[in-house]
Parts: sequence; C-alpha cells; structure tokens
Amino acid sequence: MTIASLIATPSELTDTASSKCAIVLMTRIRLARNLAGNPFPGWAREGQRGVVFETCREALAATPQMKRGLNVAIDELSDLEKQILVERHLISRELSGAKSAAGVVISRDQTLSVMINEEDHLRIQVLRAGFQLKKTWNAINDLDSALENVLDYAFSPSLGYLTACPTNLGTGMRASAMMHLPALVISNQMEKVVRAVNQLGMVVRGLFGEGSDASGSIFQISNQTTLGESEEEIIKRLGSVLNSIIEHEQNARAKLMESDAAKIYDKIGRAYGILQHSHLLSSGEAMNLLSLLRLGIDLGLFPDESRSVIDRLFIEAQPGHIQHASQHDLETNQRDILRAERLRAEFAAFAKPDFSRNSQN
Amino acid sequence: MASPLKCDLCSKPATVHLTQIVNNKIHKVDLCEACAQAKGVTDPSGFSLSDLLLKASLNPEAASETMRCEHCGFTQNDFKKHGRFGCPHCYETFSAMLEPMLDNMHKGTVHTGKVPQKALERKNLHDRLTQLEVSLDDAIKSERYEDAARYRDEINQVKQAFGAKLAR
Repeated sequence: MTIASLIATPSELTDTASSKCAIVLMTRIRLARNLAGNPFPGWAREGQRGVVFETCREALAATPQMKRGLNVAIDELSDLEKQILVERHLISRELSGAKSAAGVVISRDQTLSVMINEEDHLRIQVLRAGFQLKKTWNAINDLDSALENVLDYAFSPSLGYLTACPTNLGTGMRASAMMHLPALVISNQMEKVVRAVNQLGMVVRGLFGEGSDASGSIFQISNQTTLGESEEEIIKRLGSVLNSIIEHEQNARAKLMESDAAKIYDKIGRAYGILQHSHLLSSGEAMNLLSLLRLGIDLGLFPDESRSVIDRLFIEAQPGHIQHASQHDLETNQRDILRAERLRAEFAAFAKPDFSRNSQN
Repeated sequence: MASPLKCDLCSKPATVHLTQIVNNKIHKVDLCEACAQAKGVTDPSGFSLSDLLLKASLNPEAASETMRCEHCGFTQNDFKKHGRFGCPHCYETFSAMLEPMLDNMHKGTVHTGKVPQKALERKNLHDRLTQLEVSLDDAIKSERYEDAARYRDEINQVKQAFGAKLAR
C-alpha cells in the first residue's frame, strides 16, 4: 500500500461502516516496546537507529496484521502527508518531526499503526471507533505477541517492559478514549471533572494529545500510571472512570434540556445554519459547530446515521485534509474559504433538524 | 523543633508544602517560594506533579558524583537534562536513583502485567547454550573428553528441542 492510496481510503474513524456511538468517539491503546541491548532512539547514534529501524520494519512486515499495509520511512513522506497521518491519529507530532531512521507501519484498514524510533523503538497502537476497550486490547495484545516471536524485547521481571522514560515502565501501556463532552463544557463542569479524574490516576488531554486544546469539546482520557497493575486491571479501572464520565455528561445534558432547552436548540440550530451558509470557516470554529451537531444527533434532532458524517468531517475539516483535497498550496485564509465550501456542500444534503421530537437520551 | 524543611528542588528553606492524593497514594513536595512559582504549582490546572517529582529526586547535590552506564555512556546528568534513559541497561545502572522515583510515579513498583514469555525463553536458551559452549571448550582444553561428550550431547539436545525458535 502506498501513502497516496492510504490517504484516499477511508480510515476507521471516517468510514461509515464502523460503529459510531454517542459520547465516546474512539478507543485507542498504545504499547511502548524496546529491543534488548540497543540504546533508546533519543540516545542512539544514527547507525544504531538505522539497524533497529530495519529490524523492526522487517518484523512488522512479516506479521499477518500488517500484510499489504503501508511501511514507510518518515523522510519518504512530505510534510502534508505527515500532517494527514497526524490528523488521523496514526502518527504523533513527535514522529513527524523526526529526521531519519524512523518510520511507521500502518495496517490496510488503518486500525493498527506502529511507529518505529519515536521515543521508544516501537510504539504499537490500535485505534477503534466507539467504546471498545476489550476488543482494542485483544487486537494489540495479538500484534504484540506476534512481534515478540521474532523481536527480543527489553524486559525486566521486576520493572516490566523497559522504556526510554520511566513514566512508561511496566506495561508500557496507555489506554485512552476520545470523549465528546459538550454538556459538561457548556455547564462549566469540565474543570471539576478533570480534577476528579486526576485523583483517580487518569489524565485528561485535548484532541491531539499533550498540550493540544479541546476544540469541539473533545477530550482524551487515559491512564497515568503503567507500573504495579496488570493491563487488564488498568483497562478495567479506565473503563469504570469512562462510564462515570459518560453518566455525568448524560446528566448534564438532561439538566440543560430541562432548564434551558431553548438555549441548546438555539446553539444547534445556529451551528446548522452556519455550516450550511458560511464562506469562511477556521478549523477551530468548524470543530465547535460539528460538535454541536453531534450533540443534536445524540438528542434525537437528526437521524442517527448522520453521526458517521460528523465523525468523518471532524477529521476531514482539519487543515491537512483540506489542503490535500485542493491539490494546491494554500494560505490559511484560502483554506478557510475551501473548508466553508466543502462543508456547505456536505450540509446542503444533510437532514433538517427536527425540533418537534422531544426525545432525550 | 526540627530544622526547617528544605526545598526539594534548590535546598532553600521551603515555604510551600503541597500534598496531592493520586491513586490513594499521598505525594508530598516541599518547595521554596521561587521554585513554586517557577513550576506553576500555584496554578492548579497546569501543574504536573509527576514531572516535578521526577526532577525533585534529581536534586543536584545528590547527583554530584556522576554515574555512567557502562553500556551506553549515559550519565545521571544526562537524565536530568532529558528525563529519559539511554538504554535498557541504564535501569540497572541507576536503580538506586530510580527506586524512590518510581514509588511516587506509579501505582506500585513491581510489574504484574504481561510477560514476553517467548522472548524470555529464547533468551534463557541462548544463555544456556553460551554457557554449555564455554564448558565444552574448557573440557576439550583440559582434555576431559567424557565431560566434553556430555556437553556436546546436551548442546545438541537443547538445539533440537528449540530448533524452530532458534531459526532466526
């Protein structure tokens, strides 16, 4: 598979076939792994990194999961291609800034991606639409075991998998869910939630990880600690934290609808109008408008099927995707014109909101 | 009264005492006013305790004698700069420094999760073979031919039993 065909193919997050659900947009798990006897990427010399890169690439290419997938070095990709992979959550910003002897292997269906020579020799990731911690864990566990057949992982019986940063020691696992929490944001409860979640040993971040903002009311919630608990225990604990956040979001929605339905309907109706008729849209504004429509779908104002359209646009309205669709180099302003054009076209055919249905869930 | 607490970062008298409970575990830091400001402790949203503790355990005084990883040349000062280690072996080299850090950083200090069983078997086997080959050499050199024959048989056995796994 080439990068061009990968970009042209819908990903797990943009494909209408994968299951989409309210509140949890996607589940993601990553494992940090390193090869015994080799310095970590940040400390290794160029030549040493090259050897690790080739070893890992070969091992990955031989797994059934990565059959006919994409297998590229980072310096073979253009800046725009890297940006698109970041927007699809398939590589990190850190990897896209790497020089040489680093790369990524991505499965054909774009649910599995393995970064080589990022912070660790291997960063294995599985990503699935919706709330699917168990399935995601099983998939990543299988791929990890397949790799273990041929790669000698750096491992200590007492400290677990050895990672470049001691904060990832032990399981080397970060499990996370991308959550859409508009009602908690509108009712100013997010700060409280963040604090409570932190106390439970979980971390809240923006859409694109560390340091990114939470445009579109989308947050990433993941485990903070990796040592002293098994993978299953961490996943179970994360699952129960996520469930209680879902409950809080649902309560906040119910409360908003009870006390101020007109305000919520107004926000959603206006968002719909802007998406249908605007001529200049920044990606931040687009995210926020799309977020309101997703809330509208959850509230029963739009048909359920339209949820996958919104989830696709969350990704396709990102700067890299807009740029790629135009085939030209664009200034920010031109991109905003194109984004608005693109969304006008999408929403011309979108169902009208039905405010008479008073269903709440 | 006991002598006043020192700042975990710079050893000046500490005036800010912070306690956070994460994972039912109590984490305490003592800081002087300047460090508390600089680390954003006063701003509850933008403050990472684990990051701070990581640096606190690297108090420059404690790091005065520089340890060096014999495998990759990484030093304690390098860790202070990057917050990451040089190679897997560094975990042994710097274990004394690491232990108190882990307690603050994680839920426990001992791994209880997945074990790369096949990779470990392969390693054990490899170690066993190396050991047998050395013994075999020794036996031949000192003309203990009966022992040598025994080692040779054992080597063959081990190789056969795990033949497939050694293929790579």
